[in-house]
Amino acid sequence: MAPVSTPISSTRKRVSVRASWIAGLERLGWVVASLLAFVALWQVIAVLANDVRRFPSPAAVFGTVAQLASTGALFSNITTTLWRVALAFSSAMIIGSIIGIFLGKFPRVDRFFDPWLILFLNLPAIVTITLCFIWGGMSETAAVLAVALNKIPSAAVTLREGTRALSRDLDEMALIYKFGWWRTLRHVIIPQLAPYFASAARTGLALIWKIVLVVEAFGGRGKGVGYQIYIAFGEFDVATILAYTLAFILIVQLIEFLVLQPLLERVNKWRR
Amino acid sequence: MAAVASSVSGIDQATGPIKIQVDRKIFPPVGARDEQLVLSNVAFDVAPRTFLVLTGPSGCGKSTLLNIIAGLDTSFEGSIDLGGGQDRMTYIFQSPRLLPWRTVYENIALALPEGDPRLANIPSMLERVGLTQAASAYPERLSLGMQRRAALARGFILEPEILLMDEPFVSLDDPTAQSLRQLLIELWTSQPTTVIFVTHDRAEAVQLGTRILRLAPGRASVVQDISVNLTPAQRLDRAVVLAEQTRIFATP
Repeated sequence: MAPVSTPISSTRKRVSVRASWIAGLERLGWVVASLLAFVALWQVIAVLANDVRRFPSPAAVFGTVAQLASTGALFSNITTTLWRVALAFSSAMIIGSIIGIFLGKFPRVDRFFDPWLILFLNLPAIVTITLCFIWGGMSETAAVLAVALNKIPSAAVTLREGTRALSRDLDEMALIYKFGWWRTLRHVIIPQLAPYFASAARTGLALIWKIVLVVEAFGGRGKGVGYQIYIAFGEFDVATILAYTLAFILIVQLIEFLVLQPLLERVNKWRR
Repeated sequence: MAAVASSVSGIDQATGPIKIQVDRKIFPPVGARDEQLVLSNVAFDVAPRTFLVLTGPSGCGKSTLLNIIAGLDTSFEGSIDLGGGQDRMTYIFQSPRLLPWRTVYENIALALPEGDPRLANIPSMLERVGLTQAASAYPERLSLGMQRRAALARGFILEPEILLMDEPFVSLDDPTAQSLRQLLIELWTSQPTTVIFVTHDRAEAVQLGTRILRLAPGRASVVQDISVNLTPAQRLDRAVVLAEQTRIFATP
């Protein structure tokens, strides 16, 4: 499709891009200042605590990060964990969405399965994790499944909400203008579900990357950030715990800023 | 205004009259409300290229009847024969029902199959409805009047045999509504199709219709069948329309 160019909207867009660039820079400044203040506070407490083992200074932790990075341990453990996050996240989103759309589409089925959903929503993470390892053995599949199971119910609830809110008006429009199933899905259904999917994805990532570390501590099979933290716990090695935590937070925030937020902006660009 | 390129897919193919027969249409009971008889014994034929206006007070079942004709509502007793025009039927709704996440251009293009030759007519259609500058805008950034123009363009780009319209100019200010009616008269004069137009506005009914069916309040049945013989020029003359309206609606 080749829309006719409109001079008015393109100049407006250029101005707003520039304005948002400056606003972004200002926001970045605040983030940097805030983080520097945090590190300073940390330093003060570390000096007061005067216990290198139990409360290492920022410099000690950054040193550990550098050392772990130089041996390659940091990189290999983080990629292992990220891979588990990716598998658990995508399977939870796909399965949760399918269940949610199905329940939203068929109110009778929903009425029957709604209590099940509430049951699974309230299942403590530690229970799903232990049961997955007991029933599935200490396998990679059981680990990923344990993580995914914690997200599936809430993804299903969000997408069910989205499916219930689907516009009947637009559905009829698609029918009258003979869209067919593919065009209806692509141009009518998916754009309506996209904000719900995006919100499920955001909260999903926040939940999954925390739970994946617990699962790894339980049965990381020798690899992964969670397993390393578990080992460090046994050795009372706070510097290593914080080093992995810091590196992992950085990666997850990068994913949030470089992947999820641009996606969210794209999905919402038509809004007034 | 540029003329819309002539039809590629043959608008002149003959279609028979539309035959409408709704014996009974009820709304099932909801909660404490009993079942409700909406339409009973509504039967009429529509000759090709008639601009038929269905008019009557709100709640008399006009929109329900239109949904039945459109095939959106199939739970009724009776029969609808669109005279072979069902594949070239389109419906312009009371609200514009544009996809807010697609541009004006894309909304119109989506009404046509991929690779359809009529896609080439979109720029001239946009010019006709005065939306050339808004082609790449998202609908929610436009005024309601402009959204309605886009909905009209989407309906007319199909060069329909049958065009159903459900109060498409309601809740617009008078000048905007008037300019859209003028546009509709122009589009209909250059592309005569069978139109079934629902409105409760008597002046609008007289201005647009070549035939008016008045439906009775309560349960809808036809009370009056009137033909309106005005030229397109006369239809733009308020005094002529008013005189005709007074003549037609003299009997309550």
